[in-house]
Amino acid sequence: MLLRTKLFGKTYDFPDLRVLMGKANGEKSGDRLAGLAADNAAERAAARLVLAEVPLWALRDNPAVPYEQDEVTRVIHDALNETVYAEIKAWTVSELREWLLDDRHDGSAIARCANGLTAEMIAAVTKIMSNMDLAYAASKIRVQRHSANTIGLDRRLSGRLQPNHPTDSPEGIRAEIYEGLAYGCGDAVIGINPSDDSYASVARLLDMSYGVVKTWEIPAQTCVLAHVTTQMRCLQSGSPVGLVFQSICGSQKGNDSFGISVGMLDEAYQLARKHCYPAGPHYMYFETGQGSALSANAHNGWDQLTLEARNYGLARRYSPFIVNTVVGFIGPEYLYDTEQIHRAGLEDHFMGKLTGISMGCDVCYTNHARTDQDSSENLAVILAAAGCNFFMGVPMADDSMLSYQSTSFHDIATLRHMLHLRPAPEFEVWLESLGLMRDGRLTDLAGDPSFFLSR
Amino acid sequence: MEKDRLEAVIQAVVRELQAAAAVAAPAAVAAPSPAAVARKQRPAPGAEDDLRIDLADPTLPAARSRSGIPHPVDAEGLVALMECTSSRIGVGRAGPCLRTGALHLFLSDLAVTKDALARDVDPQLLAELGLFPVRTRVEGGKEEYLIRPDLGRQLSQEARTLISERCSKGPDVQICVGDGLSAQAVETNLRKILPVLQAGCTTAGLKMGTPFFIQYCRVGVMNDIGDLLQPKVLILLIGERPGLGRADSMSAYMAYRPKAGDTDAERDVICNIFDGGGVNPLEAGAYALRLAQKMLAKQTSGVKLKLMEA
Repeated sequence: MLLRTKLFGKTYDFPDLRVLMGKANGEKSGDRLAGLAADNAAERAAARLVLAEVPLWALRDNPAVPYEQDEVTRVIHDALNETVYAEIKAWTVSELREWLLDDRHDGSAIARCANGLTAEMIAAVTKIMSNMDLAYAASKIRVQRHSANTIGLDRRLSGRLQPNHPTDSPEGIRAEIYEGLAYGCGDAVIGINPSDDSYASVARLLDMSYGVVKTWEIPAQTCVLAHVTTQMRCLQSGSPVGLVFQSICGSQKGNDSFGISVGMLDEAYQLARKHCYPAGPHYMYFETGQGSALSANAHNGWDQLTLEARNYGLARRYSPFIVNTVVGFIGPEYLYDTEQIHRAGLEDHFMGKLTGISMGCDVCYTNHARTDQDSSENLAVILAAAGCNFFMGVPMADDSMLSYQSTSFHDIATLRHMLHLRPAPEFEVWLESLGLMRDGRLTDLAGDPSFFLSR
Repeated sequence: MEKDRLEAVIQAVVRELQAAAAVAAPAAVAAPSPAAVARKQRPAPGAEDDLRIDLADPTLPAARSRSGIPHPVDAEGLVALMECTSSRIGVGRAGPCLRTGALHLFLSDLAVTKDALARDVDPQLLAELGLFPVRTRVEGGKEEYLIRPDLGRQLSQEARTLISERCSKGPDVQICVGDGLSAQAVETNLRKILPVLQAGCTTAGLKMGTPFFIQYCRVGVMNDIGDLLQPKVLILLIGERPGLGRADSMSAYMAYRPKAGDTDAERDVICNIFDGGGVNPLEAGAYALRLAQKMLAKQTSGVKLKLMEA
């Protein structure tokens, strides 16, 4: 394999696709940590020149982990539509980029094309796109899913209510749910990250949150984000489960470190379809984030963007209601500062949409990263313009259990007002019926959690 | 197993906790105090020379618990809701955006948290609790610690030598302490949690290893310690990533016979250990002890332990 270019008279030679893919990435501290980043800006530019000329078939033939060794690779390759692949396999990465951006190709044309793409092809084209390319291309793709309500419709923005509490107090969590609902948040999911992963505690929170949904007849789904094995036990024991959640990784080895496998997820998916209470047919919820494979030393020498694209290929198998990239949670060793977090958020959202999954973004940061809340607000505006399906609603963006800052109930309301976006249609009807929203805007009654003490 | 005596220790801890909770101050009311209102009165036009801005500390509990909603549907109910959680609810809005006071309190909390991240654990505390300090392979200070997690997961050569010299091999329970991302979390909680763990081990007749402190520590260092000392159960108390305006939260990571190659799937964790809203450190110590005994009985930890219980 010869992968070479001249740039300003200097020759840049890349030994294989693995090295080329790493060096073509935007600057990320995680790639540097893994020894995969370009040495300097010129080498990065050279790598992008070369990558743009790589034909798609070469990326299929060189997955990040070989087919025989890795079940994530097998899931993605086995699901490929060979007819579509045969049509596009000779395209270069550059041609794929321009085809995606071409105004003659709308969301449904892109969805068909995506059936012939592997995660490595999606990662490659992402590497040669600018931030606005990523936002614009993503805005062309809508992915709609249905559980208790509909997510992903045009001009709609849902909120994933995250009412966490440091000790899982049901009263504290309920109070936060009321606050979120009062701002029109909760249509993506009312999802609790438990501090205690035990069956009894998780079952108690499932009962409590479902109680709120029943009492107020809310067209929304609930979830407790325990390990999937705990949720499976809850499903089998008759607990009310709206969505089944799991964090996933882009390699088999990474998933091993999370204590999961494709077989286990298949089983969870079957149980979800059998026992979850919403109408469906979409019941799964995954979370991902660049750097998770590297942090488990399960990246097989490949860059974090490519591993992230493989997450989405795995998620697609289960037609999830939502997938959430928790973009700044992992910390500065993988995404160091505002620029890196913004780039990763836009990359992930685009890659998820292109893969055909219902993509949202936890626009967030930890306190030791070089960024701040203003920067998060900036990224949320760009992603909302790009048609992101949902954002996080955390009380004032400050998660008191997970110790990081995300986006707030206020942020979701503000984005909706500013960009004329509305909640999920069923949820909007419900908000209007309570008098909390009119014509897509919050009413004077909104923003008061004590409103929900009356039932 | 000395189950009864262990239960007695735990009961004593719980009694102490209940006594502490009984004397805790009640939360403040939602209405702004008259003093605060008076301070906010505007000077008369033309009285620029008299302009005096002298604000009360907005980070005090009474100020924090004040509601930002002018006319709630249920004022008493709102106070009750706000008392249920340390999360920022009942804050009200300016249009769909935050009110000014809430926004500035948030930004102030973020500011002190950022400043707190730069600190190291007080060596006097370590001496007082009999913990000798060692380091991971991080040599370039906090900055390197942040961007090189791989180095934070490995003991330095000096650390390996020192630990080999000073620690007994093959204990039932080995306790280690790491700074992690918050020195303050270690300083705030260690005096409470460490004695509970030590007393509990003694009561339960478990052989305890020599505890030590690891600077620039990441959770993955447990594998190195496991290979070196071969403990049956390893407990690593480590400072968590600081939350907004709060840097005192600690985690206890635990593993049965940790070794090279182990991952989070082989570990259990008790997180959010802190006084006043989190898992109380005394209670966490008692819980960690129960978990250690479970690991010893089932001879495993992490996801496998959970599956055995299911």
